[in-house]
Amino acid sequence: MILMALNFAFVAVALSQLLAMLRLVKGPNTGDRILALDTMVINAIALIILLGIRLGTDVYFESAMIIAMLGFVSTVAIARFVLRGDIIE
Amino acid sequence: MLSRLLPHPLLTILLSLVWCLLVNEIKLGTVVFGVILGLLIPIATAAYWPDRPMFSRPWKMIGYMVLVLWDILVANVVVAMIVLFKSNKNMRPQWVVIPLDLRKPEAITMLAGTITLTPGTVSADLSEDGRTLLVHALDADDPDAVRDDIKQRYERRIKEIFE
Amino acid sequence: MISLSDLGTISEIIVSALLVIGGFFTLVGSIGLLKLDNSMSRLHAPTKASTLGVGSLLMASMVYAFAAGDGSLHEVLVMAFLFVTAPISGNFIAKANMHRLRNKPDLPPPPPPPDHVWSTYSEK
Repeated sequence: MILMALNFAFVAVALSQLLAMLRLVKGPNTGDRILALDTMVINAIALIILLGIRLGTDVYFESAMIIAMLGFVSTVAIARFVLRGDIIE
Repeated sequence: MLSRLLPHPLLTILLSLVWCLLVNEIKLGTVVFGVILGLLIPIATAAYWPDRPMFSRPWKMIGYMVLVLWDILVANVVVAMIVLFKSNKNMRPQWVVIPLDLRKPEAITMLAGTITLTPGTVSADLSEDGRTLLVHALDADDPDAVRDDIKQRYERRIKEIFE
Repeated sequence: MISLSDLGTISEIIVSALLVIGGFFTLVGSIGLLKLDNSMSRLHAPTKASTLGVGSLLMASMVYAFAAGDGSLHEVLVMAFLFVTAPISGNFIAKANMHRLRNKPDLPPPPPPPDHVWSTYSEK
């Protein structure tokens, strides 16, 4: 049963990654593209966690943590660049 | 003297806890090292953070967090239903203006974060004098109802925690 | 293929339910991102649905680890980090939207507050 649920979650998260990528390509303005990138980072974290459950190891959590931090910092950096034309003032 | 050694007591507790979670085991060694880090880091960074955020009733945080988590769960289902089954034409996005009673920056930050996390509303902007919050609601018939709900449900409780 | 470890029936049901809920909400977040028709509305779906989705997947992982015998708690850390940072990045993206889209029909201007101005969204 867990295997079926895991496969469902893998498919759902991969599909949502694709949809977010579509918005990234389509996105009429910059804010949409930033949002799509942010969503993709969160989905990537979800995929890593699922892989961690599937392979039964613990090592993937450090990478999930690091990707969460990098994703947040890069989202804020891009948004700030759009807002002020500069990142560190 | 005590305030120089322990500039931010809550930060010390938080840092020790985070260290134990990062190492992912609870042994005497990790706890001691976590407490050492929790004592040293606030002292080293105290120069950049001279004011202390004062909670007057920190224990009320726990009840507030439980309330917010529950609201996140309920409201997520509501937003999922809106996203899946409501056509774009029937949706009524609205701007909601919330006059604030809170004055401390930490309290306003917490209110804005709560508003964003509970689905259906995103806090978008603050007025220049910090007395009004601009909130975008995904699907609201009556902006006044949203405003009153936020003021009743969250702002009153945050005010109790901070003042 | 590594086989999944064998759990009791109850924890198996809990883990499966959490996995399905997590996958579902992540998907709903991205569907909303694609479906909604203006920039500010689009902000709503992913910032929250995805947070709950990933939170639920992390819970599944935690329950699984506990049921399999080597309990770990650092999923809580990732979850707390996501819940703290999601509003901040959402707010930044909202500000970027308002900055780029002012006076465009996509984003009707918000009502001006009584006798003061918004810090990002001002007519100046």
